[in-house]
Amino acid sequence: MQTYQYDQTNICQPTLAPALATRELEVFYGDKQALFKGSLQFPKHRITALIGASGSGKSTFLRCLNRMNDRVATVKGRILYHDTDINQRQINVYQVRRQISMVFQRPNPFAKSIRENIAFALKQQGLHDRAQLAARVETSLKAAALWDEVKDELDQSALALSGGQQQRLCIARCLALAPDILLLDEPASALDPISTAKIEATLAALRHDYTIIIVTHNMQQASRIADYTAFFHLGHILEYSETEALFTRPQIKVTEDYISGNFG
Amino acid sequence: MRAVFDRKLNQLRQSFEAMGLAVNQQIQAATQAFIDHDKAAAQLLIDADQATNTAEVNLEQQALELIVLQQPVANDFRTIISILKASSDLERIGDHAVNIARETINVKGNTRLPEVEAKIAVMAGKVRTMLIQMLKADLSLDATAARNCAQQDRLIDQLYQAIRQEIVLANQATPAASLASTSYLLVIRLLERIGDHVVNLAEWIVYSVSGEIVDLT
Repeated sequence: MQTYQYDQTNICQPTLAPALATRELEVFYGDKQALFKGSLQFPKHRITALIGASGSGKSTFLRCLNRMNDRVATVKGRILYHDTDINQRQINVYQVRRQISMVFQRPNPFAKSIRENIAFALKQQGLHDRAQLAARVETSLKAAALWDEVKDELDQSALALSGGQQQRLCIARCLALAPDILLLDEPASALDPISTAKIEATLAALRHDYTIIIVTHNMQQASRIADYTAFFHLGHILEYSETEALFTRPQIKVTEDYISGNFG
Repeated sequence: MRAVFDRKLNQLRQSFEAMGLAVNQQIQAATQAFIDHDKAAAQLLIDADQATNTAEVNLEQQALELIVLQQPVANDFRTIISILKASSDLERIGDHAVNIARETINVKGNTRLPEVEAKIAVMAGKVRTMLIQMLKADLSLDATAARNCAQQDRLIDQLYQAIRQEIVLANQATPAASLASTSYLLVIRLLERIGDHVVNLAEWIVYSVSGEIVDLT
């Protein structure tokens, strides 16, 4: 069994302007600490992948970024978004989530029509003009690369779509609210390779307008789509660098062994 | 799964080492045959080159299979790519050895220039030493040794220029040796090219160790 030094890290500071940054973020589930002093900067309009074994803290970290751990864990440290620390009690979490949107591992469309899945939140916000709603539905579905497949059946149930289509619908549902940052927690792990490829192509296109942070177990996926990659291990972020560098010449032995499948 | 990969990667490494040793012997035999005017040895060498070519093809197949089926990254990937690229250089060195052997056969029976041949023997010795040192650096994955060894190519280039000048002058003095002179010119050119391929080997050792793509020429 290989022994590692966990105090050695290699964390880059991207030169591009950050859309979001964490400072010494720590998460506790009761007494158990799940994340140790995570400080990362996410460059604007880039895709960042978070990789690591199960239990490494990557999903925990991701969920902190739009305050989804509030009720399940204690989150310490700062999360800087537009110079504001959004990890403060007085911050309105619903406002945060409108700007920083989450897509989950299993597609979770509403049991409503395709159209209604997109329009629901917009209506809640007070948008009722039919033409404007129709336009937002169309642009969101186009941005998620789903429009051509569903444009003739917008009133069909979203649950009749395939898994890959449902996941792209969930992405479109986020986009309808024009967020700034998209968080994705293994969005393609329940999908076949064809649907996965479509999701990846969608993300690559969205990268021009959104900042994307994606948790993935699929290392080829990280190396294909991400500009930056962070490696998590036992709650520590050990390495963070440009994806090409991380996969061709990682600086930390644990990273090397993990991505080479030479672990444990 | 990792055990299977490690075994196959090890096999690839061994194939590469075997190819390195075989090419090293080819160079030794080719230059020796040229110096000794040994036509029979030269012919043997020409006939045996097919083995080097087959070895390279086998090695390429092993490397490509590992890349496709195991999708290696990081150090594993760099090792496979550097072996794949370096094996092409070894194969070219083998080709040059064969061409030197052909010149041995061409020049046999013609008027020769012993003083030039002595110089060529010195140059061949230097190239051989360089190749042996580089193969050692490769075995121990020693990037510093590889870089240092690559420096010797400058000396080889200087020798090439000097001997070339000497051949031209000697040929003017002994026009009867013009056929041998063209062979000499070709042989020193081949030796100089072998030096360049040895430098390429150094570049792949550096890449394998550090991930850095460098130009050491």
